Amino acid sequence: MPPISDIFFYLFAAMTLFCGLMVVANPLSRNPVTSAIFLVLTIVSMSGLFVLLHAFFLAAVQILVYAGAVMVLFLFVIMLLDIKEEERRKFKVISSGIGALAVFGTAAIFLKSIGTTQWKGATPTIEGSTVALGKLLFDKFLLPFEIVSVLLLVAMIGVILLSRKELK
Amino acid sequence: MDSLLQHWNSLAPLTQSVVFSTLKVLGVLFLALLPMVAYSVLAERKISAFIQDRQGPNRASLPLLGSIPILGPLLTKLGIWQPLADGVKSILKEDFTPSYVRKAYFWLAPAITLIPAFMTVGVIPFGSTLGSQKMVIADLNVGILYTFGIVSLGVYGIVLAGYASNSKYPFLGGIRSTAQMISYELAMGMSVIPVFMIIGKLNLSDIITHQAQHGWMALPFMATQQTFASYLLWPCMIVSFGIFLVSAFAETNRLPFDLPESETELVAGYNTEYSSMKFALFFMGEYASMITASCMMVVLFFGGWSLPFFGLDQPATSIIGGLAHIAIFVAKILFFMVVFIWVRWMLPRFRYDQLMDLGWRRFIPVALANILVTAVVMYFVR
Repeated sequence: MPPISDIFFYLFAAMTLFCGLMVVANPLSRNPVTSAIFLVLTIVSMSGLFVLLHAFFLAAVQILVYAGAVMVLFLFVIMLLDIKEEERRKFKVISSGIGALAVFGTAAIFLKSIGTTQWKGATPTIEGSTVALGKLLFDKFLLPFEIVSVLLLVAMIGVILLSRKELK
Repeated sequence: MDSLLQHWNSLAPLTQSVVFSTLKVLGVLFLALLPMVAYSVLAERKISAFIQDRQGPNRASLPLLGSIPILGPLLTKLGIWQPLADGVKSILKEDFTPSYVRKAYFWLAPAITLIPAFMTVGVIPFGSTLGSQKMVIADLNVGILYTFGIVSLGVYGIVLAGYASNSKYPFLGGIRSTAQMISYELAMGMSVIPVFMIIGKLNLSDIITHQAQHGWMALPFMATQQTFASYLLWPCMIVSFGIFLVSAFAETNRLPFDLPESETELVAGYNTEYSSMKFALFFMGEYASMITASCMMVVLFFGGWSLPFFGLDQPATSIIGGLAHIAIFVAKILFFMVVFIWVRWMLPRFRYDQLMDLGWRRFIPVALANILVTAVVMYFVR
């Protein structure tokens, strides 16, 4: 019998992939709410993967921020706008070309990084304790951290500008 | 008995811990939480009756137990059997599904409401130790984040109930609840940050141990050795607790913030189309999340299972001490449950814009300022 963590890994990985597929290509329903709920399930199973890597903080924050806040806002907007069931889109050459390019580009980057990484046994490399994570974020990776927060600020100001009724 | 013990000791440690965990989960859920939910409904009815100068439920009786001489009529008058009658009624009533609802979500929504409310209890330390077992189901080192994460999933049940019902009033209730719960989650999350700045741990057991030694967060004089620092930080903790308490009312959809189901405007809000046991699940979910919120307040601000008298501030070494700690914890929870119920029957409902205004324009700035002030005070004290 394989170790119990392996069983859970395959369970969560399969759930992540399946639910992720169901978000975009659900054969039974084209309902945007269903897609959103499957995205929530994807996020929850991903946080299960984080738990298996002993990254409890990331797992908790994943659920708290993405499943608990961001996706609820998604649902809120879907329900407020009252989006009807999406019709099957026409096949557009340009947009599918761009989509394929993005997919293959990302896949190439992943494959390259998987190929060049030196795997050191099975020890988890993601920091588990919250203190260690905080020290890394505010010490070693302070600049990227600050840049990300400036990015969020820009997005916020942009939204405020766009939603103003009249621009003088 | 001896052979049973021998058999038990011969089991692998993993099997032992699995058996213990299962027993703890089942015990906490079915022997503690569900009866507490049932009897807090009774408490709600009795206290509301007291406040409105009525009798409350005093008729439900059992055939044999009800005819014991003095005790039987007394228990009947207290309404002890009423939760039983309510439960049987919920199960036996017709479970009606309107033809226009979205079936899958309509069936899922009550379960999604109830499960998070029950899951949160998993990390709450409801006692110190009993024998060699720690009285907490899962002693996570990110306990508080887990709690907030799971609580934030609770909103899906209500939103989906509103969406699945496919009619106007439940839909409005669902929308309202989304906005309300997201807003107050932020205020609630930020109000507890000062607590963690002072203690420096996210584990709920460590938070209680710290409070047992250095005084409760909201009542620093409840300590065996008093420190000057905890008195300096007292005002910050009072602000934190105030925001947390009010946000807890909003998160559990209780009056004065029960906008998602306000019966004068939305019939019954998100659960209008529900009947029988499905409605009962929503109802139980509300009371279970009240219990969870009370647990959080007790753990974060009122010292959990500890009391600064009779050596009860140390983890228990005997079975009696362990039971005493559990009793203290339950007594503290019951106090906050009574506060929840009391407030509901004393205060009128807020208007929706007032609710949003209070959340975004008062609580979030005050909570942010509170974090800053706590940091400054801590800089000078330590």
